[in-house]
Amino acid sequence: MAAPPPPITSPEVKFTQIFINNEWVNSASGKTFPTINPTNGKKICDVQEGDKDDVDKAVAAAKAAFKHGSPWRSMDATKRAALLNKLADLVERDRVYLASLETLDNGKPYTAAYAGDISGVIGALRYYAGWTDKMTGKTIPVDGPFFAYTRHEPVGVCGQIIPWNFPAALVAMKIAPALACCNTVVLKPAEQTPLTALYLASLVKEAGFPPGVVNVVPGYGPTAGAAITNHPDIRKVSFTGSTEVGKLIMEGAAKSNLKRVTLELGGKSPLVVFKDANLDEVVEWAHQAVFYNMGQVCTAGSRTFVHEDIYDEFVKKAVARAQKRVIGDPFELKNDSGPQVDNDQFEKILELIESGKKEGAKLECGGARLGDEGYFIQPTVFSNVTDNMRIAKEEIFGPVQQIIKFKDMEEVIARANDTEYGLAAACFTNDIDTALTFTSRVEAGTVWVNAYHKSSVSAPFGGFKMSGIGREMGEYGLAQYTEIKTVMMKTSQKL
Amino acid sequence: MASQPPPPAPIVNPDIKYTQIFINNEWVNSASGKTFPTINPTNGKKICDVQEGDKADVDKAVAAAKAAIQHGSPWRSMDASQRGRLLNKLADLIERDHVYLASLETLDNGKPYRESFNVDVNAAMVTLRYYAGWTDKVTGKTIPIDGTFFCYTRHEPVGVCGQIIPWNFPLNMMSWKIAPALACGNTVVVKPAEQTPLTALYLASLAKEAGFPPGVLNVVPGYGPTAGAAITNHQDVRKVAFTGSTEVLDMAVEFAHMALFYNMGQVCTAGSRTFVQEDIYDEFVKKATARAKAKTVGDPFDVTIESGPQVNEEQFDKILGMIESGKQEGAKLECGGARLGNEGYFIQPTVFSNVTDNMRIAKEEIFGPVQQIIKFKDMEEVIARANDTPYGLAAACFTENLDTALTFTSRVEAGTVWVNFYHFVSPAAPFGGFKMSGVGREMGEYGLSQYSEVKNVIIKTQTKL
Repeated sequence: MAAPPPPITSPEVKFTQIFINNEWVNSASGKTFPTINPTNGKKICDVQEGDKDDVDKAVAAAKAAFKHGSPWRSMDATKRAALLNKLADLVERDRVYLASLETLDNGKPYTAAYAGDISGVIGALRYYAGWTDKMTGKTIPVDGPFFAYTRHEPVGVCGQIIPWNFPAALVAMKIAPALACCNTVVLKPAEQTPLTALYLASLVKEAGFPPGVVNVVPGYGPTAGAAITNHPDIRKVSFTGSTEVGKLIMEGAAKSNLKRVTLELGGKSPLVVFKDANLDEVVEWAHQAVFYNMGQVCTAGSRTFVHEDIYDEFVKKAVARAQKRVIGDPFELKNDSGPQVDNDQFEKILELIESGKKEGAKLECGGARLGDEGYFIQPTVFSNVTDNMRIAKEEIFGPVQQIIKFKDMEEVIARANDTEYGLAAACFTNDIDTALTFTSRVEAGTVWVNAYHKSSVSAPFGGFKMSGIGREMGEYGLAQYTEIKTVMMKTSQKL
Repeated sequence: MASQPPPPAPIVNPDIKYTQIFINNEWVNSASGKTFPTINPTNGKKICDVQEGDKADVDKAVAAAKAAIQHGSPWRSMDASQRGRLLNKLADLIERDHVYLASLETLDNGKPYRESFNVDVNAAMVTLRYYAGWTDKVTGKTIPIDGTFFCYTRHEPVGVCGQIIPWNFPLNMMSWKIAPALACGNTVVVKPAEQTPLTALYLASLAKEAGFPPGVLNVVPGYGPTAGAAITNHQDVRKVAFTGSTEVLDMAVEFAHMALFYNMGQVCTAGSRTFVQEDIYDEFVKKATARAKAKTVGDPFDVTIESGPQVNEEQFDKILGMIESGKQEGAKLECGGARLGNEGYFIQPTVFSNVTDNMRIAKEEIFGPVQQIIKFKDMEEVIARANDTPYGLAAACFTENLDTALTFTSRVEAGTVWVNFYHFVSPAAPFGGFKMSGVGREMGEYGLSQYSEVKNVIIKTQTKL
């Protein structure tokens, strides 16, 4: 990949308020909260802290913008497409700035923010811009003298709760389909990483979206997030985050007004290496599968099953690869990894590493903090991991690889599926039948063959079992933001 | 057709930049060295000479298009989303050159500049943008067939597509053809109408500027019996798409007027049989005649006028011949009925009443500014008479009654049916004819199937998946 343009290492933070009706306002309570730079634990700036009152105002604005006859509701679908494409153009214009801001707030390497995250923002917006005028209903030949057809209508005001691991990309992946289907949105970015969401809001205004169509309320889960989950005028909530919080959101949605729910939650995804795989290639894929984004990916390949015939060789190579990973200042182009996002995650990961040591896994490399400033952790590899260990069952969300031995297909499929998670999986093999069998039997929403982490805005994404509910992205993603209405008109004769 | 703000001023003498054959992103002369003139229909004078393509040129273009679609070629290897970017980029360039293109279209075709600007060039942009959105959404299916198999479909490009474009909406029709073809990954060889080659050639220059790889789009100006036939008969052309003719009470009056007189009557969907219920017949005829008399006809570069000339002498003569047959067969000439002025191919807006179904003007496609107003009594009768034709492209009904609208629209044999409207088309909705008005549908999602070859793949497996 070509080197990106140099980053802005001290990007100016321009927007720190709540965004409602295309205006910037302070919180009703007057409170603010700090957002922290994870390379050094220091505050970047204070951001207005939204709570229930602010969410109420945002929902009122979104509801007004959604009314029949409003500019947004009356707009041609092709004009909605033009606005989404214009927003993508503005993101492209400010790509270096946005990537730099993302790196400052999240700690991810600037190279990844520029080439991956912001590219993902642009791709999602342009993909869904193309769908706006193609969402068709059907006319249906029902029995009797009737003219029957379906309309694909928007759901209404949608609440969207964004995680901290891909802050800007997930804003785009949520608002793009929602807006393509003509909904209005109240969005809460993660409290760890609010800055790129707020900057994107300023671009939404600049692109020309009418007031109230997109609203952004920074704040915490138990306050602003709960206010969204429970609001009687929000018709749908979409959440990406932990399974634990996902359950709370589903419960709140049901208890309030049965708002529609989409959940993208955690995973403990199996990556299975069969003995005919190309070893050197697989070691690299398996390495990126778990260490990409400092391990902070819902689809991380965090259970690496390796066939016993190649196990020892694989472990040796995987360790050598982990030791070569370069950790440091995310603004420096040579670094592969930055810090973990905050102190909570940092401590949770170190605690799980300790459990691995205590429960008898073999620590091959890493296993401790790196340096003494910020939340940096050494790339860590465990071998001789068994299925009952905490590191084999719980989502670590950090730079810790578990290498596990297996013997044959039936056994590894059963063990891969022996989890309440079901987000992703992968197999590495050159054999057609092995690939087809594995991909059809494993219980996961996305399955890779001879690859990992490849996602496309055109393809649906989501989890089996407790990894989530519903599919986002692709044409399937439209269904999450559509309410189907069936119309039947009586006619005087059979048409 | 709602009122639009006035367009920016036209370029009344647009510079003609491209008059050669476009193959592999290069401009070349015809193999034979021959050229042909393109004529300005407001005065019958030559605008310029254009290289005349024939079989040898078509062969070169097809070879280029074939090479461009080989597996491993840049076009064949390109991500679908990137094809979408190129189509959007082409639309952006058309937008940039909106005034120039509209002016060039008016110069070559004679249609009012107001229409070229607001309708023709605009339609080219929206069509390209619509299909740009489809490129990465053309999906196949996985199918659970009996037995131990993995079965799925792929939607693949057809290959080299030959596309023969008519003269009535030159730029617009070219975009209708190339947009879905390119969206599905095909390569194309386009032959614009000999009457109106200029905007097609300019569009080719924009395709190159947009970044389409060489050989993806090729344009061979020339005549039907030579270049057109060479495309139709070529072994390596996998699909041919052709648009052209086969061996033709105050709101209703206005819509009926526009339905017939728009684009000087030169529209395949022209509402050329105006059936009016007997109770309101006389009143309708009076108002329709007054409206036709009020129609302004003149220099198409004048933004205040509604109509320009017919496209060429051949059409002009044919229309006047049809008008004579109407007079001779006993229709009542209410207004018009002759040439306008003595330069160019202008015809007076013409209205006939008391037209009966057996007259030539009620059966044959006139393709000119001649309205036929016909009396009817009830629904069953008018449906039967409306359907009593081998054509079946469009139809419309004007009524406030729900049941009337639903009955008429379901019973009439036409590919597009309007209610209380006329002539509105959208790149999102399928368009095409019943019976001898055409084969297949273009536009919309339905239009993709014209340019896709469905491949079914079945892989044997050891166990049931």
